[in-house]
Amino acid sequence: MTLAVPTANGEQLNRQGIGLHSFWVQMLIAIVAGLAIASVLDWAWLWPQDWIVPIKVWLSEFFAWLDKRATFGLFTVKQLTRSIAWMLKQPLIWSEYLLWKSARVYQYMPVFWIAFSCAAGFIVSRLRDGRTGVYVTLAILAIVTIDGFPYILQSLSKALRVDPWVEPAALIGISEWPGHFLSKVMGLREVRFIPWIAVVLGFGIFGHWVGGWRLAGIVILCMGYLAFTGLWRESMKTFSLVVVAVPFSAALGLWLGILVTRSERAARIITPMFDVMQATPHLAYLVPVVVMFGAGQVPALIATMIFAMPPMARCTILAIQTVPSDVVESGHMSGCTPRQLLWKVQLPASQKTLLLGLNQVIMQTLAMVVICSLVGAQGLGHKLLFSLQQLKLGFATMQGIAIVLMAVVLDRLTQAYANKASVHVHGEQRSYIEQHGHLIAFLAMLVVSVLAAFYFKDVSSLSRNYHLVTSKDALELDKVIKAVTFSLIDYIRPTRDFITVYMLIPMRDFYQALPWSLVAIVLAVAGYRLGNWKLSVLIVGLLFFIIVMIGNWEYATTTFYFVFTATIFCILIGVPLGLWAARSDRVAKVVMLTCDTLQTFPSFIYLLPAIMLFRVGELAIIFAIIPYATVPAIRYTYLGIKRISPVTLEAARMNGATPLQRLWKVELPVALPEIMLGINQTIMMALAMTAITALIGGQDLGQEIYRALPTSDAGRGVMAGLGIATLGIIADRLIGAWASKRKEELGVA
Amino acid sequence: MSGDVKISCRNMWKVFGPDPEAFMAAHGGSPTAEALQAEGYIGAVRDVSFDVHAGEILIIMGLSGSGKSTVIRCITRLNDPTTGQVIFDGSDILAANEQEMIELRRHKMGMVFQNFGLLPHRNVLSNVAFPLEVQGLDRGQREARAREMIELVGLGGREDYFPRELSGGQQQRVGIARSLAVEPDVWFLDEPFSALDPLIRAEMQDEFIRLQQLLKKTIVFITHDFEEAVKLADRIGIMKDGKLVQLTTPEEMVLNPADEYVSRFTENAPRGRIVSAQAIMQKVKGKPKKANGTGVPALAKIGEIAEQVLNSDKPVPVIDENGFAVGAISRQQMTSALFSREVV
Repeated sequence: MTLAVPTANGEQLNRQGIGLHSFWVQMLIAIVAGLAIASVLDWAWLWPQDWIVPIKVWLSEFFAWLDKRATFGLFTVKQLTRSIAWMLKQPLIWSEYLLWKSARVYQYMPVFWIAFSCAAGFIVSRLRDGRTGVYVTLAILAIVTIDGFPYILQSLSKALRVDPWVEPAALIGISEWPGHFLSKVMGLREVRFIPWIAVVLGFGIFGHWVGGWRLAGIVILCMGYLAFTGLWRESMKTFSLVVVAVPFSAALGLWLGILVTRSERAARIITPMFDVMQATPHLAYLVPVVVMFGAGQVPALIATMIFAMPPMARCTILAIQTVPSDVVESGHMSGCTPRQLLWKVQLPASQKTLLLGLNQVIMQTLAMVVICSLVGAQGLGHKLLFSLQQLKLGFATMQGIAIVLMAVVLDRLTQAYANKASVHVHGEQRSYIEQHGHLIAFLAMLVVSVLAAFYFKDVSSLSRNYHLVTSKDALELDKVIKAVTFSLIDYIRPTRDFITVYMLIPMRDFYQALPWSLVAIVLAVAGYRLGNWKLSVLIVGLLFFIIVMIGNWEYATTTFYFVFTATIFCILIGVPLGLWAARSDRVAKVVMLTCDTLQTFPSFIYLLPAIMLFRVGELAIIFAIIPYATVPAIRYTYLGIKRISPVTLEAARMNGATPLQRLWKVELPVALPEIMLGINQTIMMALAMTAITALIGGQDLGQEIYRALPTSDAGRGVMAGLGIATLGIIADRLIGAWASKRKEELGVA
Repeated sequence: MSGDVKISCRNMWKVFGPDPEAFMAAHGGSPTAEALQAEGYIGAVRDVSFDVHAGEILIIMGLSGSGKSTVIRCITRLNDPTTGQVIFDGSDILAANEQEMIELRRHKMGMVFQNFGLLPHRNVLSNVAFPLEVQGLDRGQREARAREMIELVGLGGREDYFPRELSGGQQQRVGIARSLAVEPDVWFLDEPFSALDPLIRAEMQDEFIRLQQLLKKTIVFITHDFEEAVKLADRIGIMKDGKLVQLTTPEEMVLNPADEYVSRFTENAPRGRIVSAQAIMQKVKGKPKKANGTGVPALAKIGEIAEQVLNSDKPVPVIDENGFAVGAISRQQMTSALFSREVV
């Protein structure tokens, strides 16, 4: 007996849905046909070595040509990339001076003038209006820039390795005045960075402003950890990259998002680009950037900016499209020009979505900055990578915790700010001091701590005597961890070896032995049945041209094996947890909090426990993927069950279904499309994570990227990255097509 | 009541579908309902023509999906009509470019929306001042004007509140104040009270009448509520499936519904408040004489005079503005006018 599921609109639906029987029959035929073809034709089983189209080589040669010989006539590509790098380097230097590097007085001048012009503009905007304030800021900056132009030119020509044709001297000298004042009158030789205590308290004051004492406390504790474990300097190196990357990414994402909503043509080009970008793992961005820009902070900045931009663009598109039509029409009827409509109506009305986009940009930026340690970016990630490579697990733990705490602080603060800024409540009449208490407190605290830093060195940077946790403790911790894992090794090793030898390796061998033609045929049939022939062509085309034809098939099957295995574990863990959370609000609270927290962690961190327990190897890889990728499986299952119409559930209960029957025959089938979308996300995240697990072994596409990094073999890295993106896109399209078809049938689309 | 023609719609069509222009051209500019359906197009507005006179309240009524909202959006060009003409103050609005349209909206049009369309990030004052702000008025001027409007709609003292802190009725008052801030010639109201509770709705309708007595705007008002229409309208147009079925005064519509569809609305209408004495009276034969003694005014609604007529044994004389007895109403005539469906 099949149970008919009553849907919200009262239609009766057969649980079997889209002729599943015939679907499986066709699949079986496809498999048999594929096997037959592959066993007859050798090249259909394994693409012959001689037939591999050397796209990787061509691509590498192309990048080498770009780097070495390509020219635009007036200047070379190399000069262009160097100019870009120089431009991006300037704000980075300033943020470094502010946060962790001491600077000579004259080096500090740009920071001084930017701060001065902003402060002047702010004061004018309070006295007159916002526009005049902006004009004042821009005017001051323009004067100083023109005055100091020879310096700028000199710096640029140094970066381009050409002879400067100007003497470094200010035209009038205005831009040098504050420098003269500081050095001659005050006798200052260098300007120190902002004292650590001012940064910690500054975060605390901001936390109090957006989220009250509780948030302020959390923030101060987390930031305090960075200072009192001696990781302050490294943290600020990381943070200085974040500070510069975020505004660039956010502005770029905002602009592209606006472009997509404005122009159909832009949407047609940009949207698929974002699809590929989001399916491409972090690591793959690094390779071409390293080839073009070298290693170091600036390449890290560039890779981070590009990587973190798509979420902002997506949120912008969503924000603009979800403004209620009444609001947009009222903007039109008020006589807005298109620009006024955008900036005064659409964007501010969807502030919350935009701020959540900003939150995602910040979190992605942090994750990427940490990974950029692979291309020589300094900071916490660099230290963590170093510790991991040397198996200094005590240090790694401390550094890992620092990264996590930093992520937590940034996430909580931006989320609290998003909530505060988008809830509009009128204030009671208050005095100026009451209204701007936080700003005043911050400024006062800054002045006091900067002055105090002159007399007490520990205010500026905490000396070792005050560190609560020292490297000695880290060594102790290292010993403890090693002792614990050593005592566990008797249990872990047999389990690990058993699972690896009897489960993982046979599975891997099975996948690696699969003929590509068989996979292609099966995917083609699935694509055709779930979507249409276009989908089928897209999938097979991607598979063939991006993976098979260029000789990445074996790596791709290994990646698939890691992802598939990890996904099964994720489903086994995530779906029951989601179901459990849907049953009890108390459980839901805990589970969702855990999910939120897990999601804020930069992906790099998940390597830590895996290495602790299993060292290197395939089980470690899978173990590292699971916590990262389980979150969407939990979340979508929970939401899927929660979104079932209560009428449907009541009908099931009135039909006399037991709770178990209700689960199997009503809840799961109805929520299945949603759950599948969660699994889709799980697969995407697992793919991203496999690339990072290249650090602990594996012979997959991620490893290909990782190997391409030090040799700057752009083609190899890029094609491997695109290979991972291809796997992701194939899974995404198939599951997406199935889910939307199923949702339509269930009438919940 | 019927002054100069302010807006004139001529043969207006709005067709949704893959290529509306080509479709319209292929069918000679007036496709049939069957053609629309056969080719997968939706005729939201089909061949609608009407005039709006200066100073009148024209109400367009219809059920959801009848195209009434699309009509108002075609006149304001929030949607561009597929074919047809819209003459606004003598010039063709469909020929206006974007800049001209913006100017027109900034100075000649005001609109109130069903779900208020307030900007959530601005307080009451700044919402009302918004149309003036986008025109480039300086802060002092626009806020002074906005305060005046807020006072006018009775929200004085709430200038600092944000939309989410106000009730639905209050939010719509803000919407009204905003739409009036630019002193528009024509005031468009798109189901302004439909999202409100019945009690608040009645209150807002009275408020609307009060404002109109003060301001005397030309008004195009959309509603799906026939009672609201007869309460407020000078003329009512009823739409069905994108077509304008009947456009006339409420009284005429109640007395002579154009078809079955219109009479379904009018049969439950409060006749006592719509039909006037002169419409149901027995006219005197020959020349009317100067009335002597008591009677009822010819323009009085029958609800107001019902008691007097029903309490009288003889037919009650009906007296026009000049004091002539133009007819008489008997008790039977009154009861049949009030309760039965056939009137005289």
